[in-house]
Amino acid sequence: MSELDIDKIGLKVGLEIHQQLSTNKKLFCNCSSTETSEFTSKFSRKLRATKSELGTYDPAALFESAKSKRMIYYTNPDSCCLVEQDEEPPHELDHDTKNIAILIASSLKSNIFSEIYPMRKMVIDGSNTSGFQRTMLISQGGYLDVEGKKIGIQSICLEEDAAKLLDDRETERDFSLERLGIPLVEIALEPVNARPSEMRKIALTLGRLLRTTKKVARGLGSIRQDVNVSISNSGIVEVKGVQQLDQLEKVVEYEAKRQHGLILISQKLAKLNLEKISKRENVFDVTEIMKECKSKIIQKLLKEKAVIKVIKIKNFSGMFSFSPYENIRLGKELGQLVRFFGIGGIFHSDELPNYGIENSDIEKIKNLIQINDNDGFLIIAGNNSKIDFAIDSIINRIDDAKLGVPAETRMATQTGETVYLRPRPGASRMYPETDIPPIIVTKDEINFAEKNIPKSWDESLCDLQKKYELNPQLAEQIFDSEYLELFEKISTNKKSSPNFVASVLCSTITNLERQGLDPNLLKHDEIIKTFEFLNLDKISKESVEMIFEQIMSGKTKSVDETIQKSSIGTLDDEELTKIVDEIIQKNLELIKNQGSHSIGTLMGIAMKSLRGKASGEKINQLLQKKIIDILDKNKIMP
Amino acid sequence: MSEYRGYTGASLTFLKESKVKVGDSVKITEDLTYTGIIMPRYENTDDNHIAIKLKSGYNIGIEIKKIKKIELISSEKIEKKSTSEVKSDSTLPKILLLSTGGTIASKIDYRTGAVTPALSAEDLSAAVPELAEIANIDASVLFSEYSENLEPEHWKKIAEKLDSYAKSDYKGIVVAHGTDTMQYSAAFLSFALAGYPVPIVLVGSQRSSDRPSSDAALNLISAVRFVVESNTQGVFVVMHHNESDDLAVAHLGTRVRKNHTSKRSAFQTIGNDPAFLIFDKKIEQNLKTDFFKQREYNPKLNFDKHVALVKYHPGYDPKIIDFFIKSGYKAIIFEGTGLGHIGKTMYEYVKKANENGLFMGMTSQCIDGRVGMNVYESGRDLLELGIIPLSDMIPETALVKAMWALGNSTNVEEMKNLMLQNIASEFSD
Repeated sequence: MSELDIDKIGLKVGLEIHQQLSTNKKLFCNCSSTETSEFTSKFSRKLRATKSELGTYDPAALFESAKSKRMIYYTNPDSCCLVEQDEEPPHELDHDTKNIAILIASSLKSNIFSEIYPMRKMVIDGSNTSGFQRTMLISQGGYLDVEGKKIGIQSICLEEDAAKLLDDRETERDFSLERLGIPLVEIALEPVNARPSEMRKIALTLGRLLRTTKKVARGLGSIRQDVNVSISNSGIVEVKGVQQLDQLEKVVEYEAKRQHGLILISQKLAKLNLEKISKRENVFDVTEIMKECKSKIIQKLLKEKAVIKVIKIKNFSGMFSFSPYENIRLGKELGQLVRFFGIGGIFHSDELPNYGIENSDIEKIKNLIQINDNDGFLIIAGNNSKIDFAIDSIINRIDDAKLGVPAETRMATQTGETVYLRPRPGASRMYPETDIPPIIVTKDEINFAEKNIPKSWDESLCDLQKKYELNPQLAEQIFDSEYLELFEKISTNKKSSPNFVASVLCSTITNLERQGLDPNLLKHDEIIKTFEFLNLDKISKESVEMIFEQIMSGKTKSVDETIQKSSIGTLDDEELTKIVDEIIQKNLELIKNQGSHSIGTLMGIAMKSLRGKASGEKINQLLQKKIIDILDKNKIMP
Repeated sequence: MSEYRGYTGASLTFLKESKVKVGDSVKITEDLTYTGIIMPRYENTDDNHIAIKLKSGYNIGIEIKKIKKIELISSEKIEKKSTSEVKSDSTLPKILLLSTGGTIASKIDYRTGAVTPALSAEDLSAAVPELAEIANIDASVLFSEYSENLEPEHWKKIAEKLDSYAKSDYKGIVVAHGTDTMQYSAAFLSFALAGYPVPIVLVGSQRSSDRPSSDAALNLISAVRFVVESNTQGVFVVMHHNESDDLAVAHLGTRVRKNHTSKRSAFQTIGNDPAFLIFDKKIEQNLKTDFFKQREYNPKLNFDKHVALVKYHPGYDPKIIDFFIKSGYKAIIFEGTGLGHIGKTMYEYVKKANENGLFMGMTSQCIDGRVGMNVYESGRDLLELGIIPLSDMIPETALVKAMWALGNSTNVEEMKNLMLQNIASEFSD
């Protein structure tokens, strides 16, 4: 195994950003996008691949169709009408959304088409009830300025967000529909020859540009990025589901390594005398001869009435496990591939005997399929409907291995690796949306957008700093956080100090999140209410964190409930004085002995019973005054 | 004209002058360069743009004024891949699938420049492979029309075609039909083909079959299964029961109505449960009596269109009745209010129609329930004026039945008898 020199393999990375727009309305109906976990009805569908406008089938769609799962959709009337259920044609395109898309395209100096065609992009994994995502190409060309370097824009599309996957089982998938139909802009950047760390900067810059429009949604899941990664002589690999920027670097590094590894594998394969694998001559049914196999996995499969087959590959010995880089093997690629047909995995000859499959079993197989030690084979098991698709895809994948890196769609994992998702979709998945006529963009609309291009991120940041007298670091933090709008809402009257508000929103909540609490439980309305209570002196500054902690840990649902359930609240001056007096009376000895230094100890005692009921500052002042009174009375000088 | 389909005025001239046409691959230079295929334009769009399908599959419109250069790359047509032959299995029953058009058979086809007219056995089997496992299907295209364009002449054409197969070995017949007027065609076939030996099913779809979520697949599979497995006679409409792809139902052809503009479950049986429930594994029967009230096959395929369906409403101008009389109409079906009423202002003209020998039947715009013309004074008045109450026959069925009865009788008395005779479950028992 060798180390990979990332600069020498022609690495190219193209970012594709999907950003939800904040319009409070869906793209083609009036439903709101209210998050919910309560559903009042459900229905089920089956989706089938259909031909494109030009009469061809899309490979990715056929692939999903082969899995033929039953889709179950959960709905809530607040966020879902007949349009999301695919029981009614789409309504007109939301006009605000159109304007925002034009604004974003103008900000990126992109060429906006004057006639836009809504299209159906076939996606039959169930994430769209209709079996397609409505999408339209708004513009092409333009650039993003990243510290003086121009990164080209390939295309900007306006599209619908997909349904949320709730559960994925062997034969069924559950989705909820509140997210389906929320407007998204998809911005695809030209692939660039940049190191992973630079990609991060590009992503951040684009994210910031979008946020300066103040028309984009923030928060978890509101921005998603796909990454297209290729190296010299490879197909383009699209990686989906890169959630965080940290993950982005790892994913690009992993893909570079994987792709270069596959090219090294293909070079080795080229030296072997390989024959074309055919389903007729190279595939054997071994269900009978595996009946005596002691492997628990095999026995379990047989009990489930699975068919067991072997694929024979001449001269392939050692190629499944050949690993040019750590963890990059053809065997692993094939294992991931079959998993998507609902097949648990494969056994290949390089890893046997193992998993309870013994030499005697292997000999039986070898006898049947007539191979020698130079040859390789794969064992695969599954029910009849799936196994054929899986065997076809394995044969294709081995063919592709000779060429290097197949173009495909992969999924980023939490650890920054990628796994096979489906073949890369092509133009055949596009079909005109016959329910919506072409959309005209007028010159006036474009002129209006050009006049309203928002200020750059730097300028916006400067403005924010000045307006609220924030320090630069806090201004940047609040700008990049999901709380910018909320911050401005709370700080407009400046009753609460903007610096305090910003630090609560940026650090306090983040700290609590780091302790494992859930920020999603803390709704924006509750945050606003907390600061209102603070302004009205109903609670003290110290209580803010306590309230958030209670809500984010799920112990309470609202500020009101938190205040009711705990001792939070403000005592009026009379009550406060009474309690402070009691403390003083109990500790007269201490005051006499320690004089004004007793304040520290007394403060500690007082805060134990008064935390959250009055501000520390006020308690401190009151205690000081009382101590001085007593000391004056007793004429004991400090 | 399909070479320039949809192009008019300036954009048509532009294409002709540039020597390119629909289907050509071209390279277009404006501010940027685009490579793609020239697509047809939809009707009612402007003549300032040409439509291009880019390599990515997206369609866009490019303003011709901005185009600096357009170059032809190739004129090759993408050949449609032919699908494999449908295997026939001699152990399976034989059925006929007759296509008349509608959403179930419609999709954009830029190659031919029109909505695909044919629903061939190959297309079907490719789209819904399950069908080949249920029956051997002979497919035939009778015509290809959206059902809003169907006329009684079309009904007759379907009836004649089915009549010609009355003695065939088909186990049943499935008619693919647009949903808008499906209930009218179903009603006509119910009367015209009374006693037909094998089940006839009309099937359609509410979401076109060019979308992955189309209801066409379940509706078709259920329709074919129904004619093969149900062992019944009659004319039925098979469609989704609800929004899920789990259950289809068969409605009586004379008691069914489209009650929603877009939902999959738009079709409902009026006043009763659907006749059959078609589950994944079994078919459940709700129907208690035979669909046809007389067993022997007795085709009567004629019709006479001189029937008006009048929906009475406040402010209805009674002189319109006069128009019908003068125009040679022979029957009026009223869609009256409530239990079967029309306002006093109508009496004079109703009387005149009666004197002129027009048949007048009363149904209710409540859709569900029977008319009861003896309950109120106004109802009794109308009976006096010669209006015949039609019990719970639904208005559209009554209209179709009147056209059929007129066409197959020689005088009003004979027609009246036909109208009141329960022929195909148009009256609930």
